[in-house]
Amino acid sequence: MVKVELDCRGQNCPVPLVEVRKALKKAAKGDVIEVTGTHPSSKKEIPMAVEALGEELLEIKDHGKEWVIRIRKV
Amino acid sequence: MTGKTTIIVHSGDMDKVISALIIANGSLSMGMEVSLYFTFWGLNRLKKGGLEKGPLSKMNMFGLGRSMVKGRMAKANVASMERLMADFKELGGKIIACEMTMDVMGIKKEDLRLELIDEFGAVGTYVNEARNSEITLFI
Repeated sequence: MVKVELDCRGQNCPVPLVEVRKALKKAAKGDVIEVTGTHPSSKKEIPMAVEALGEELLEIKDHGKEWVIRIRKV
Repeated sequence: MTGKTTIIVHSGDMDKVISALIIANGSLSMGMEVSLYFTFWGLNRLKKGGLEKGPLSKMNMFGLGRSMVKGRMAKANVASMERLMADFKELGGKIIACEMTMDVMGIKKEDLRLELIDEFGAVGTYVNEARNSEITLFI
């Protein structure tokens, strides 16, 4: 199992969403992707994509303007 | 993968092509398939060196408005069209180039970025893609 960290802080639409998709494509089963970002809409849209893709949403954390989302590839 | 988005990229205007690419990449990211059908002015954007060359659809002002918008987009950290296109291809997006437009505008295959194009087609190809799509747009 690998942990992949994505830093999307400061990135705008659609980059955080696209980077998560790219990382999920490359990941192996069981790998965890941790994405950090500041783009407000991506915080709610990444979980939508995770659900649509049938992957597992582990956690959404808020740190003021920053958010962290953890996803496990199923 | 569930669902499909098919977009006709008829306009070659910078802002409209960016919108098409953002919707396309968003669709791919949410697990959909995507086909982009480039026709008329849109096909110019597939010419070698042509992707970033489109004018602004409104207030272009001989390129002044376009430069201003490009500057604002860079400031807002909006991805470049080349980046959007590279992501689109990496995520498996499909590009169809319109053959009739090539005939009308005298565009040859060697004028186009063939590494981006999956297929050359006509209206039947578009209909075949669109009839199985949940989202279809004409931009």
